[in-house]
Amino acid sequence: MLYRETGQFKTSYADDQAIFPIAQDRFAVLALVAVAFLVPPLLFSNYWFEAILLPLTILSLAALGLNLLTGYAGQISLGTGGFMAVGAYSAFKLATGIPELNLIVVFLIAGLLAAAVGVVFGLPSLRIKGFYLAVATLASQFFLVWLFNKVGWFYNNNPSGTITAPPRTLFGIMISGPEASPQARYIVALAFVTVAALACKNLVRGRIGRSWMAIRDMDIAAEIIGIRPLRTKLLAFALSSFLCGIAGAELVFLYLGSVETLAFDITISFQVLFMVIIGGLGSILGSFLGAAFIVLMPILLTNIPPALGLAIPIALQKHLELMIFGGLIVFFLIVEPHGLARLWQITKEKLRLWPFPH
Amino acid sequence: MDAIANGIVGPFADMVADPVFFLEVIVTGLMAGVMYSLVALGFVLIFKASGVFNFAQGVMVLFAALTLVGFEAVFRSMGLTAVPPMIPSLALTVIAMVALAFAIERLVLRPLVNQPDIILFMSTIGITFFLEGFGELLWGGDVKPLPIEQFGVGSGRYSIKIGGGQVLVQEIDLTAAVVAGVLVAALAVFFQRTRIGRALRAVADDHQAALSVGIPLKHIWVIVWSVAGVVALAAGIMWGAKSGVQFSLSLLALRALPVLILGGFTSVPGAIVGGLIIGVGEKIAETFWSPYVGSAIENWFAYGLALVFLLFRPQGLFGERIIERV
Amino acid sequence: MTLPNKKIGDVLLKVDGITLSFGGVRAIRDVSFEIREHEILAIIGPNGAGKTSMLNVINGFYHPQVGTITYRGVTRPRAAPYEVAAQGIARTFQNVALFKGMSVLDNIMTGRLLKMRGNVLLEALYWGPARRQEMAHRAFVERIIDFLEIQAIRRVPAGRLPYGLQKRVELARALAAEPTLLLLDEPMAGMNVEEKEDMCRFILDVNEEFGTTIALIEHDMGVVMDICDRIVVLDYGRKIADGPPDAIRGDQAVIDAYLGLSHDEPAPRLAAAREPVAAGEG
Repeated sequence: MLYRETGQFKTSYADDQAIFPIAQDRFAVLALVAVAFLVPPLLFSNYWFEAILLPLTILSLAALGLNLLTGYAGQISLGTGGFMAVGAYSAFKLATGIPELNLIVVFLIAGLLAAAVGVVFGLPSLRIKGFYLAVATLASQFFLVWLFNKVGWFYNNNPSGTITAPPRTLFGIMISGPEASPQARYIVALAFVTVAALACKNLVRGRIGRSWMAIRDMDIAAEIIGIRPLRTKLLAFALSSFLCGIAGAELVFLYLGSVETLAFDITISFQVLFMVIIGGLGSILGSFLGAAFIVLMPILLTNIPPALGLAIPIALQKHLELMIFGGLIVFFLIVEPHGLARLWQITKEKLRLWPFPH
Repeated sequence: MDAIANGIVGPFADMVADPVFFLEVIVTGLMAGVMYSLVALGFVLIFKASGVFNFAQGVMVLFAALTLVGFEAVFRSMGLTAVPPMIPSLALTVIAMVALAFAIERLVLRPLVNQPDIILFMSTIGITFFLEGFGELLWGGDVKPLPIEQFGVGSGRYSIKIGGGQVLVQEIDLTAAVVAGVLVAALAVFFQRTRIGRALRAVADDHQAALSVGIPLKHIWVIVWSVAGVVALAAGIMWGAKSGVQFSLSLLALRALPVLILGGFTSVPGAIVGGLIIGVGEKIAETFWSPYVGSAIENWFAYGLALVFLLFRPQGLFGERIIERV
Repeated sequence: MTLPNKKIGDVLLKVDGITLSFGGVRAIRDVSFEIREHEILAIIGPNGAGKTSMLNVINGFYHPQVGTITYRGVTRPRAAPYEVAAQGIARTFQNVALFKGMSVLDNIMTGRLLKMRGNVLLEALYWGPARRQEMAHRAFVERIIDFLEIQAIRRVPAGRLPYGLQKRVELARALAAEPTLLLLDEPMAGMNVEEKEDMCRFILDVNEEFGTTIALIEHDMGVVMDICDRIVVLDYGRKIADGPPDAIRGDQAVIDAYLGLSHDEPAPRLAAAREPVAAGEG
């Protein structure tokens, strides 16, 4: 009853192509964003930020980036970790090298550097596709991690090999370093991901999104109707790496504080890929849903048994986690290969008719 | 400038300076390469026969090895002395791998028939996680030695006299090479000559078409995954004997990918040749170039080589050329 | 049958001595012909004759080992498909190459991509010139949607449409690029009589109203004889005939290779409304 479009007529193409054509959607999303900005800092404990909200906002950004590349442009990438590392180490060098630089600017420049590296490693995509491209991205993943491990300049020759985020303020509030409050860090990360989501949605419903999806669906036909494949693919790599680079920088500055290359190895590449697949390839919303799934699931698995009164030894828990995780992935792929976003879409379509069956 | 010149010329100078050592590095590389080939073989099998890139091949190696030593420990603790415990555990493990193939076919492959390749690929990653947890749940996650001497393979070395010096080769490595050779020959015959082999190639080409001409997809898949499981077991025995049965075995999938690129995803001999090239290449790069460039080059050398191949010969040395049609 | 007042212009595209091989297989052997401006040309022949390959060569997707292509008087070097598209050549495909993941509207909008100027930053904001451009192109695409009568399926994902409608959407996408030369690969395959009539109507309208030159591959001889000005016949990669419909109908080589003998002489003229009775299907 509530979710009806009656009375909402579109009188211009602009209205018809709006992000949220249905008024209820618009309202709901705006409310959600407002809640996300206001409620946690006021109500939630630090645990929530460290365990859930910060990884969620940061990894959503990375998932958004990967979704652009793999979900919309159809280029499978297993190198997300490498690009995040580029962002992280660039930000570190910039922040330690030019202390006066505003942290937001640092992030943006780090993102641009990651984008440049992304373009370089995306060049093979003109000649190779599918699995083969995935393998090429693995080459970039392994090489980049090795590079940041080996070349001392990247971590200012710190003997332990880690990089630590220096304290920085924004508008007078500490946002990185040991003094920074989780609330402040969360707001910064949330701001980045909200702006990124809006920008991505705009890109994806316009010219660029269409050329990406055309390349994804039928790249030969796309080229024949005039789409320039190299330009389109490289743009995808650039934008994707830009977002992943910022996410990597955020990981160090806003979340972990201190990081070594291990944080950016193949494990995180797979993690982000799962987020995109489970959330839904080719869906902005899906990136968020997938990130939520991957971040929340281990926490649920850890907390539900005690809640039910079962005591499970840690080692067993780890094994069970792996099994359930793997099982859920397969389950999702069988039940809804288009991911949670599609399930949400189906729910909305049912809601539009509710309480009628059809 | 000097450093760069050094970096390019230096390694070659080193090689020429001590040819016996160079040969030894090559031989070590060949042996390492054989190990890679064993893992790659499993991939090729499944890809050739069902078009699925089985990321779980690595973890299947781990799972097979875990089950083998697990059963061996059980038999040993039961006091079995009439026959080396490895023999019955080998038999039981083969059965376990076949059961695994059945389970995978029923629970994962059948519901996903005709889905695009990436979905199937992701599902094998899901299987990887599941098997990793399951294997460690059953048998424990600690590192276990693999008592290969029970098969009659000693831990001795053979020495080959070359030039003025000698090159040492471990018995285990030679056994691995022989095993690999036998497997390759058997598989090549299987695919080319038998009726089932032909059916497998049809299935790899097009699931639906194969179904429509009456090929029993279910049986085919169980057969293929069982054989791949046995190949994984062979690889598991060899790797486990060399470095103990441990979690890192599951990462073998990642090491096998460049081998497949070089050899071609669909070629059985390609898996061997690719493995040997990667093995030798890695060892040479690591031994001769790391003094100049930095250590641990082997982390990415194989992938770098694969990338070069991808750009110039994506189908690999032995794979089939892909011609696109509109 | 040519409309009496139709003015056919000069040579628009010239294909000269094209030979195309794949490994050992010669798909096209020394084929030459011309396409003149504003005409409707048909390329016919048995399956495997090299017709689709010929279109692929014109599109720049296949590069012939021998031979040249001259478009608008300029002999072009090896061109990439997107460069050929930018010159005003559009295409539909035998096996419907729609972008299955996108809606009909988005598919047709991709046809406008050649005409769109891009600015990533503005598009990310979806503001100002970027937005205005988007709306302008949307308006143009809506006119095509009206023209081809597919308003009802605007938002349907292309993959879900029945085959006949998919072909129509593909035509819309090709038209969106405002092409000078339109290449159609079996546009009527798998359609029933009414759908074929609609398609013929659209093709003729496009040719008349926009002056678009059309080259089509087609197996339905009734359609071919009816709407085409000239016919090129291929067989085993060679051109065996080239001329107006009447000449082709009587050409012995063509009859032997493709058309077959007619059962009633002379072959009746066809009115567009009646069911096509072909002189023999190839």
